[in-house]
Amino acid sequence: PCHLQDPASISHLVMCYLAGVAWFMGLAFEPFTLRTYMSENAMGSTMVEERFPAGERALATGREFAAHKKKVGGMPVDWLVKTMQSRGLEVFTQSFTRKLPFPDENKERYMVRGTNVYGILRAPRAPRTEALVLSAPCSEGNNNNQAVGLLLGLAQYFRSQIHWAKDIIFLVNEHDLIGMQAWLEGYHHTNTTGGDWSPLQGRGGSIQAALSLELSSDVITSLDLVLEGLNGQLPNLDLANLFYAFCQKIGVLCTIQGKLQRNDWDTTSGYSHAAQTMMLMVLKQASGRPWGDHGLFLRYHIEAASIRGINSFRQYKTDTTTIGRLLEGMYRKLNNLLERLHQSYFFYLMPSLSRFVSIGYYMPAFGLLAVILLLRALDLWVQLGASPPGTEDGVAGGVQVSYGPSSPGVLSILTPVVISHMTGVALYTLPILSQEMAVQHFPVSETEAVVLTAIAIYTAGLALPHNTHRLLQGEGTEEGWRVLKLVALLYLAVLLGCTALINFSLGFILALSLVPIAAFITPHTPKALSAAIMVLLSPGCTLLYCVFVFQELQETPVSLQDGWMLFLSVISQGILDHALYGSLVYPLLALLIYPCWLLLWNILFWK
Amino acid sequence: MAAPLTLLLIVAVTIRAVLFRSSLAELIPERVEVVSPLNAWKRVVEGLALLDLGVSPYAGDVFHETPLIIYFFHFVIDYAEIVFMVMTRLVGCVFLLQFRKQKYALEAERYPLDCLELIRTPKEMYYIPLKVAMFYLLNPFTILSCVAKSTCGLNNAVIALFILCTVKGSSLMSAIFLALATYQSIYPLTLFAPALLYLLQRLYIPVNWQRSSFWLFTTQYTFMYLGSLCVMVCLSFFLLSSWDFLSSVYGFILSVPDLTPNIGLFWYFFAEMFEHFRLFFICVFQINVFFYTIPLSIKLKEHPIFLIFMQIAIISIFKSYPTVGDIALYMAFLPAWNHLYRFLRNIFLVSVVLLACSALFPVLWHLWIYAGSANSNFYYAITLLFNVAQILLVSDYFYAYLRREHHLTHGLYLKRKDGSEATLVLK
Repeated sequence: PCHLQDPASISHLVMCYLAGVAWFMGLAFEPFTLRTYMSENAMGSTMVEERFPAGERALATGREFAAHKKKVGGMPVDWLVKTMQSRGLEVFTQSFTRKLPFPDENKERYMVRGTNVYGILRAPRAPRTEALVLSAPCSEGNNNNQAVGLLLGLAQYFRSQIHWAKDIIFLVNEHDLIGMQAWLEGYHHTNTTGGDWSPLQGRGGSIQAALSLELSSDVITSLDLVLEGLNGQLPNLDLANLFYAFCQKIGVLCTIQGKLQRNDWDTTSGYSHAAQTMMLMVLKQASGRPWGDHGLFLRYHIEAASIRGINSFRQYKTDTTTIGRLLEGMYRKLNNLLERLHQSYFFYLMPSLSRFVSIGYYMPAFGLLAVILLLRALDLWVQLGASPPGTEDGVAGGVQVSYGPSSPGVLSILTPVVISHMTGVALYTLPILSQEMAVQHFPVSETEAVVLTAIAIYTAGLALPHNTHRLLQGEGTEEGWRVLKLVALLYLAVLLGCTALINFSLGFILALSLVPIAAFITPHTPKALSAAIMVLLSPGCTLLYCVFVFQELQETPVSLQDGWMLFLSVISQGILDHALYGSLVYPLLALLIYPCWLLLWNILFWK
Repeated sequence: MAAPLTLLLIVAVTIRAVLFRSSLAELIPERVEVVSPLNAWKRVVEGLALLDLGVSPYAGDVFHETPLIIYFFHFVIDYAEIVFMVMTRLVGCVFLLQFRKQKYALEAERYPLDCLELIRTPKEMYYIPLKVAMFYLLNPFTILSCVAKSTCGLNNAVIALFILCTVKGSSLMSAIFLALATYQSIYPLTLFAPALLYLLQRLYIPVNWQRSSFWLFTTQYTFMYLGSLCVMVCLSFFLLSSWDFLSSVYGFILSVPDLTPNIGLFWYFFAEMFEHFRLFFICVFQINVFFYTIPLSIKLKEHPIFLIFMQIAIISIFKSYPTVGDIALYMAFLPAWNHLYRFLRNIFLVSVVLLACSALFPVLWHLWIYAGSANSNFYYAITLLFNVAQILLVSDYFYAYLRREHHLTHGLYLKRKDGSEATLVLK
């Protein structure tokens, strides 16, 4: 193992860190990735002929839907029920209400009331034990009317076919994810987030796969596939393969993260294109939010993706009939499934739609970062005098070991740990609890109040705990901070390891910023410089950088001012995602990562 | 001693009371790491309901507790929470009492002078019982097990009482509690050897095949043990007037029909195995638990208390339905061996692995069962690692113990014949 003041070992750790980063960046390089292939036999060999003819009629239905939507000023429930019934579906509705913890300023909603309409096409050829879902959101304004039209058109067309072995559920959900959440919880008889909705009157079998369709224009230039779901969960890779295969077959341009595939991987621009695509995926996954209406299906073990039609200025246009044929083909193949999609990967990153990086390839990048923490911990352990370095033999180490669970220092370790976590709990609970008070006393809106309270507590945490152990103990000892650092290192390593298993991207991004400070922070480093570095690498600042990088990668760079506003809205969205859908990123950051960072902060100011 | 103990008890009770009232109280009893088919509270409730309906509680293959337990809970069902709290507390206090009795320091004169630093001072000894109690009562594993109302806490209490009686030298009570522990879960049978050795040692009877006093005491103890076991089994029969419980409890423990994942080694192995090998491997796995008794008893016949620790650890690693409550029991002994600390070789590695595995259990369970993105191999890999770490931990302590004994007799600083410093190798 390496030693603290030994420059050679520090250079080893730096090498380790750089190797981790280099490995990660190398993942986007095409020769290091694998070509996607269909693993599921049921979807691979069978040929399907797509004949959906009625694109124009679907668009007409979409226009009719738009007219009714405008007339009612929301979801035209009665019209939808009638139309679905006339197409031969069993139609049901579900109403839901939801009060957000504070107003959502991005989508301008607070008290949400809505209705989901869904129709079930019963499978003529098999017992109704399994189902597929096709959903289209009923959005504000003029968005997504074509998607609903196409959904109704497909319903009519599927009704006339006899080869369906699974129920097909056509769902039009209002208020995007809130409606989807209500419907899914109703379907599965669960209530995890305390919403209020009416029970479902009709059900199909257990849902095997779902697609969510978003389409806002009559013709499109490309289709974008969205995979990232709640908490960074991804659908089975075979679903992406299926989409890609049909796009190839029918000749539709397809993108992922809005980026086309390029063939010039051996040029710099080709590589950077792939790297950008992959990093967009990493950032989206790390955010832990559902990036389309499909995102909540994944929680119920249902493979789902969103397909988004994009109309840009390209020459080559695709009409609705073609998209209908593509969807028909995909559903026909999904209909052939004999068991749930499980053959292919669940843990992957995609530098392009036809290339992927599996868990075995990307985990070493994280491992190289995590091993730094473990080496540092081992180093500290050795220094703490279990036995002097080099001798495995306990005999040579004559020093009596005083570190133990009940050594006198235990209180001085426990105090910062407890106080850091109390600060974390405050960061988690207070913003929502204290919003009313903040609104009364300051000229801010509720949303601003929540976000600013969160930032205030976050900042206050920096001042609060770094002197606490002295209240009880007087002077902190040299041994004291080493033990505390050992605890912090192991805690961080376990925490990041578990995070990376569930959501690799989040774990990796956090490791990138936290590992350097965790490895090198001691009370003896220059205070001002270290403090500045620590603040710059704290979880909150990492989030800020991610916002800028994300905008940069999406080719919509923002000014500092806009970036800051975006940062504030990202925080409020994160808190809302947690309250509405049970996303775990906010509690993870507030209750575990932030206290862990505070422990390191504590070590820096150890006296 | 009283003040810290009271404080400790108050803290321990507060933690449990808070957890009982929190939302976690519904989540924890569902965790496979905390409850097994043998000791889940849900199953006890089911058995009680059947009993109240006048049906045999063993009808329906859900309930696997012994008849005495069900009658015990029949009377205290309304106070279940309190019972579990009292039981854990009891274990804590019992541990507190028993380690006062150890007397390493008294033998100081016998050993070479340079070993003095190996021998514990009375001051160190003074705090050991408190540390043991703390290790048990504040161990997260014990807390989880208590909040889940796993009946594992009861078994631990019985074993703790058995150790207390043995250490106090009361052979009758020791035999009764050992019989009760055996009656509860079979495996404590292996504690018979250390208990006998300890009692013999206490009465200054050497372990010598030719001596009649040795045979006399052994027969006496065996008779007390088997007698009380017999009484308990017969009592169970008369309570339920059927022998159903034998196959439902002991058959269930020995033949392992329930392959629900847990932190043990059985489930994955037997889920993957071809049916016609099953019997053979069941025998191999079960003999494995009992097998170590003989060599360990021979090696450690002078140190029966350490032998008890080893046996409890082996049981909790290799038993068919282990839970974290079992692990907490042997981990509570660790502070009693803190004089071995300097001889431990990989305690850091082992504790990091145990820590990481404890955190990874729920994560991989989530990925396997809820997210569907991992599979059983992931979870079993962690189980395996967890058990390897436990085995390393136990063997590390075993090695350290032997090594300390060696140094006590041969001096701390060993020299080779040529005068250079020697290194010990365990063979």
